[in-house]
Amino acid sequence: MTNGILDVRKVIRAGLLAGLVMSFTSAIGMVEDFDRRMIIDGLFSLGFLALLWYVPIAGYKVGDEKVLEGMEIPPKSRKHVLAGVLVGLIGGVVLLALILITNAMDLRDVFIRLSPNLVALLTFSDNPADPNFGVGAIFLIGMPGLLGAVGGALHLVSPRLRRQIVVAPTAIIVSALVKDVIGQIMRTFGLDTVVRQLYRNGAVRLVPAIIGAAIAFYLAGRERRETSRIREFLTHPDPKVRTRNSLIVGAGSIVVVVAAPWVLGSLLSEILATTGIFLLMALGLNIVVGFAGLLDLGYVAFFAVGAYTSAVLTSPLSPFFSPEWPWWYTLPVVVVVGVFAGIMVGTPVIRLRGDYLAIVTLGFGEIVRITFLSDAASPWFGGAGGIRQIPGIPLGFDTISGSDPEYIFYFALALVLLAAWVSYALLNSRVGRAWTAMREDESVAEMMGIDTVRSKLSAFIVGAVLAALGGALFSAKLGSIFPTSFELLISIVILVVVIVGGLGSIVGVVVGALVLIGVLGGPRQPGLLQEFGEYKLLIYGVILVYMMLKRPEGLVPRVRRQRELHEDELTQDDWFEKKGELSELEGGA
Amino acid sequence: MSSSTNQKLSRRLRLNWVDSFLIGVRVAAVVFIAIGLVGTIINFANGEGPTAVAWRDLVVGGIAQGTMYGLIALGYSMVYGVLGFINFAHGEVFMGGAMTAFFMASYFVETGLWADSFVIALILVILSSMFASTVIAVLVERIAYRRLRNAPRLIPLITSIGVSFFLQYSAAFLFGISNKSFPQPPQGLLNKVDVFGLGWLLIEGTKLLVIVISVVSMAVLYFIVERTKTGRSMRAVAEDKEIAGLMGINVDRTIVTTFAVGGAMAGIAGSMWALLFRGVSFNTGFLPGIKAFTAAVLGGVGNIVGAMLGGLLLGLFEGVGPLLILDGWGIPGVSQLKDVVAFAALVLVLVFRPSGLLGERLSVEDRG
Repeated sequence: MTNGILDVRKVIRAGLLAGLVMSFTSAIGMVEDFDRRMIIDGLFSLGFLALLWYVPIAGYKVGDEKVLEGMEIPPKSRKHVLAGVLVGLIGGVVLLALILITNAMDLRDVFIRLSPNLVALLTFSDNPADPNFGVGAIFLIGMPGLLGAVGGALHLVSPRLRRQIVVAPTAIIVSALVKDVIGQIMRTFGLDTVVRQLYRNGAVRLVPAIIGAAIAFYLAGRERRETSRIREFLTHPDPKVRTRNSLIVGAGSIVVVVAAPWVLGSLLSEILATTGIFLLMALGLNIVVGFAGLLDLGYVAFFAVGAYTSAVLTSPLSPFFSPEWPWWYTLPVVVVVGVFAGIMVGTPVIRLRGDYLAIVTLGFGEIVRITFLSDAASPWFGGAGGIRQIPGIPLGFDTISGSDPEYIFYFALALVLLAAWVSYALLNSRVGRAWTAMREDESVAEMMGIDTVRSKLSAFIVGAVLAALGGALFSAKLGSIFPTSFELLISIVILVVVIVGGLGSIVGVVVGALVLIGVLGGPRQPGLLQEFGEYKLLIYGVILVYMMLKRPEGLVPRVRRQRELHEDELTQDDWFEKKGELSELEGGA
Repeated sequence: MSSSTNQKLSRRLRLNWVDSFLIGVRVAAVVFIAIGLVGTIINFANGEGPTAVAWRDLVVGGIAQGTMYGLIALGYSMVYGVLGFINFAHGEVFMGGAMTAFFMASYFVETGLWADSFVIALILVILSSMFASTVIAVLVERIAYRRLRNAPRLIPLITSIGVSFFLQYSAAFLFGISNKSFPQPPQGLLNKVDVFGLGWLLIEGTKLLVIVISVVSMAVLYFIVERTKTGRSMRAVAEDKEIAGLMGINVDRTIVTTFAVGGAMAGIAGSMWALLFRGVSFNTGFLPGIKAFTAAVLGGVGNIVGAMLGGLLLGLFEGVGPLLILDGWGIPGVSQLKDVVAFAALVLVLVFRPSGLLGERLSVEDRG
């Protein structure tokens, strides 16, 4: 788009991509399935969000220029809007073509979701037999065109206005998606009437949406934003004030977290408890992958071992050995078994190079799962039937099980704090520095006298123990466990959490778990957006690829890690710009 | 003088505890296998356990499956040889081929070509599977891997896991999660064929077909890599990308060719898999993918003959192993443990012989 000349090839490519994204979300059934969940009452559904979200981004990105250091910033012009419109229109034409083809010939033998229902939905017809192509064509081409224009126009406005334009609709969409949370908090404080004024059938009502968007628009436009104020609050120049301020923030967050399950009610506490267990495992995996740089794809094996140990020792239905201990007594055993499992898996693999280690650990994970599943092991572990009637956690006055997610959340929280503390303490210890050195360059670390075997093994053991503890809590929460609860998916999802958050970054992992597990949900556990159902697995895959290509250091990167990944500007530019092979990026992962 | 020699000697002999652990694992594995073998032989001598005919069928089934593993393993092996990372999504490339085979075969059943002239229909099915898999492999390389050429080694691996997930669940939602049953081949193919007229070597027609097609494809691939100009540039790029580039080879295009050839082989394997097991679903690619990677390492990563040999051995081991070793221990339900045997083979091979049977061939950047 330099010098105001429209780059036709780029526009066509972006338009086709936008069309492809829209066609894909339609063809996998996302648009249809999500259409039931409204975002703005009577106006806009989650389905149409899934359909159209990419178009404004494409419209913006088509005019994007990578500005490297020392380059002149190209002038902005109305061509950007034109480019955005064209991108949207081309995308719309692709989508319309798909709809027309779907209507003309029955593709359901192959693409099961390309059905008359989809055609009816996208052409705004009530009767699948009678699609309304006039309206459909206008909408399917006009709407992307409009959104593309908005995306392109973002180049012309000031950064402040751009932020406002982006934030306002995002705020409305987010507030509709987290309706359950907001509604439940308000209901706890007796504000039922307000909830009814704001939401209807899970969607924001039109008037509150407009008012809310206006408020968000205003707030986003303020020069001094709240986040910067918080940052200033925490990084006050006077150390005494700083300590006091961080104590205030710390105490405040403890109160919020402790009160959370009671404010949020048991349905959301369930999600919190699940998030806590996954966060615990993510912190454990973070030690293995993020700190020590060992890509463990069979991490779920330790989780399974912990869960089965606890189940065997507590359940009266455990087939071969059932001492029916209280849950507490099993914890030391779980820790010991975790250490043992860490050694058994860790020792054979520590000499392997990184990618082989990943595959071997994956193999271990699958061996554990299939063994628990097989008839051969059923006299011990119940085979496919699993172990049932796990009693839960005795607390003197009551027994905590899956029906009390509030308490399970507290247990998960305690273990998470333990894991975070362990991570933090280890990171700043001798072994933590050994991990860092080893990750950056193993041979050099070895030459400096670091016992790499011992360092790697200790990472494996700590990770294994944390996962095993998570498993013990998991079995108490579920009340019965089956081998199918411990599939490879869990390892992968936890890996995605760690990577999205930022490898090696404790805060990042917490953020990653809240965003991914809390909102999307675990592999089989529902999250806040229950509509996502199985689609979340697809989304996890997309997120993983996207993060690796665009932001390998994660959302909240660890400073050192970022340095490792972007060794110098030259390499970074090379990596992003794909221009020749300037220099090999050494070290890192 | 003598004391220093002694010191040297003792240092050489001094075993790290990791080494002792690994030796222990080795000994345990050997003892475990030996006892199982003896138990099975005793059972066989007593007339218990599977009969000779059952053993023959197991071996044949193992070989048929092994040749398919070999075909998939080629893709892993060549990509690892050239780019130095495990293309985890290759199993999904294979699944794409199997899916395409299913849709094409169903279409031919509808048009009647499947019944009228099975050979033509089968050729068309295989060609379309090859085409689909090649397209998937090349697109994945273009979209996901190309911009990671210079990234640290684990980054493309993690990316490929994401790609694998994406492809798997895309297939699940686009085509449905149900298991799709592949149309039955004509009756003549299901009968047992007396190979070489020996009388005792009776092989099911489909298995024989699978073995023949796989072996022919491997031979063609071998010819391409070893005898043609494209193959020579592929080998050069696998050896050293930079020098190959200086020698006037278009490195990018050669890498794409590598992915395409690997994809085509996976496509053939996919259609064979669908034909033999007569079922395809969105997660069809996962297990064969992992096992084929094992096969690639078993034969020696980057080594084409090694991949073929490794596939064959792994298939054979997986087919025969559970009954041969585990049955001798009197373990119930051994066929469920088929995958455990394969994964155990994976672990043992990677831990004890990561360079494979025929030796690995890596590019200069990935050595050491």
